[in-house]
Amino acid sequence: MSSYRQLDLRSGFACPIPKSDYTNILLAHGSGGKLTHQLIEKMFVPQFQNELLEPLHDGAVFTAGNKRFAFSTDSFVVSPIFFPGGDIGELAINGTVNDIAMCGAKPLYLSSAFIIEEGLPIDDLWRVVLSMQEAAKRAGVLLVTGDTKVVDRGKGDKIFINTSGIGIIEDGVDISPKRIKVGDKIIVNGEIAVHGIAIMSVREGLEFETQIKSDTAPLNGLVEEMLKASKNIHVMRDPTRGGVATTLNELAEQSNLGILVNEESIPVSDDVKGACEILGLDPLYIANEGKLLAFVSPEDADKVLDTMRRHPLGKGSVIIGEVVDRYPGTVVMKSKIGGTRVVDMLTGEQLPRIC
Amino acid sequence: MKYIDEYRDAETAKKYAEMIHKITTREWTMMEICGGQTHAIVKFGIDFLLPKEITLVHGPGCPVCVTPLEIIDKAIVIASRPDVIFTSFGDMLRVPGSKKDLLTVKSEGGDVRIVYSPLDALKVAQQNPNKKVVFFAVGFETTAPANAMAVWQARELGVKNFSALASHVLVPPAMVAILSSPSHLVQAFLAAGHVCTVMGYEDYFPIAGKYKAPIIVTGFEPVDILQGIYMAVKQLEEGRVDVENQYARAVRREGNIPAKKLLADVFEVIDRKWRGIGIIPQSGWGLKPEFADHDAEKIFDVGGIETQESPLCIAGEILQGLKKPHECTAFGTLCKPEHPLGAPMVSSEGACAAYFAYGRYREADGR
Repeated sequence: MSSYRQLDLRSGFACPIPKSDYTNILLAHGSGGKLTHQLIEKMFVPQFQNELLEPLHDGAVFTAGNKRFAFSTDSFVVSPIFFPGGDIGELAINGTVNDIAMCGAKPLYLSSAFIIEEGLPIDDLWRVVLSMQEAAKRAGVLLVTGDTKVVDRGKGDKIFINTSGIGIIEDGVDISPKRIKVGDKIIVNGEIAVHGIAIMSVREGLEFETQIKSDTAPLNGLVEEMLKASKNIHVMRDPTRGGVATTLNELAEQSNLGILVNEESIPVSDDVKGACEILGLDPLYIANEGKLLAFVSPEDADKVLDTMRRHPLGKGSVIIGEVVDRYPGTVVMKSKIGGTRVVDMLTGEQLPRIC
Repeated sequence: MKYIDEYRDAETAKKYAEMIHKITTREWTMMEICGGQTHAIVKFGIDFLLPKEITLVHGPGCPVCVTPLEIIDKAIVIASRPDVIFTSFGDMLRVPGSKKDLLTVKSEGGDVRIVYSPLDALKVAQQNPNKKVVFFAVGFETTAPANAMAVWQARELGVKNFSALASHVLVPPAMVAILSSPSHLVQAFLAAGHVCTVMGYEDYFPIAGKYKAPIIVTGFEPVDILQGIYMAVKQLEEGRVDVENQYARAVRREGNIPAKKLLADVFEVIDRKWRGIGIIPQSGWGLKPEFADHDAEKIFDVGGIETQESPLCIAGEILQGLKKPHECTAFGTLCKPEHPLGAPMVSSEGACAAYFAYGRYREADGR
């Protein structure tokens, strides 16, 4: 990026993010968009460089003995902690389960660390714990270790949860952005942007009436069926923060291939569409918690699609686009009326517009 | 979705595009006033469907873009005060002031909150009687009635800790300013549908007559815009000059009379500076003196602010339709959404941001 100063290699202590731009962390640094990527690419990755980190997948894949494992971590800070269709506890289990599943692994064991704000009603914590228990059972994982910290009132926001997890990868499964090929079909397992809108509908100051419930769900069962059906699933990702557009951009960049999506085929419910129209938001950038994108070789696409549609979490599966050799590193969308446009990564958070 | 999908229908859009091709015999330049229209044109690729003789230039109708730098700087000063809760529509938060934006104020500890309606800001004031709650009341005629209502209710309900930092701008004087400029290129206007929902379109007849420019009140969906373009081209080709209403499902000739009455009660017409353009006489609304108790500019000491624009930014020429965003040397290089030099790169309705977001700086389109 030409607008950023060159990293001064002579001094390991020089901050690689130009101070003139941001002297403080903004919320946008955590939005999953460009600023998040700047932090990851300029601040984090260079300092910890190793071959397991480098693929920047949802989790790291490593070998122990003759078995391959996936290891992933995620923190959950959602507000409010209880929302339509779920709560922070369920999200914390499903989030890490899904990150592991996206590596093609079967999630086995999870850890959980709680940072709790002084004053949180014990009943609220109990609800969260019961919900985690239920979610772990549903996903078939064991919560095997944990930690608890309490911070002063005002130093946290009710409760933050970190979960990490480990899963095992079956022989013959190889999920990696490196395998993406021209012609791959891109499948999504249902209507997008549901979680983000569900959360937004109950955020302070933004309340609006809706029946939209979060789509949070463990995807490992669906992934297991998909992997059984085909060896030609090249990559899978769950488009959480930053939504489908951000995930597709990451994959276009990592594979250096183009991605062409068809606006007409992207499933968005009428409720979500309506909320997005009113708020001036684009569903492509809104978070999902029970959705995955799979890149599948064209000859296996129908088979994988059929398998997905037979699973309760994959009933709404459709092909939304394909990988092309034109415009490398870019996501392009064919609009409903036949025009085309680039779908870029967002800079910060989507901000509701004035009118 | 009802009332949206019909106006994004590919067949209908194609039909209008063909009709435009059929009647176009020579070159025409028209300006869409509203940033929402610019956004739709670039998002849906509407300009790709038009004959090459037709040039769309993008108008000044992005409320975020034309809000003067002084007001942004005043907002930043007010929002930084520990006794203030500063409320705003979301897209104002990233607009660069002389030194920083409101999101930075928030990261430095200022209590800056996004609201969807000025009436929500009034609620925040009622819930926080020990704080001064300020709403950033910017925008065109479209957002003004709700802002006026919040101020009016604050007075009626006696919510003394609520004030508005008001900087409203008006469309017709801006159209006159553009048409009066000797270098202007505009032969017809697509007027901003939602502005007319409030104000009606009677004011446009004298403008169309005096400057011989057809004006079509136009909506925001692809089919609306294509139909608006068709109606404009038809007038131009036939040598007619008239004001026509494409957006009849939302706009009446006289506008929204109760809203206009409220606006007249709360606001008075004043000279207003437009960012990137300069002062346009009688082109804005300010709060009337009887609402001084709810006027943030009167309550807080924000005089003597010195402002500084980036010398590279050509926002003025962009907002007057003299240049397109990609003709700016800083576009996509020094000026990007994550590092904007001027407001049109910030708002989702800004022409530069629309060009950037939808990749008009790349050669990657699949035309």
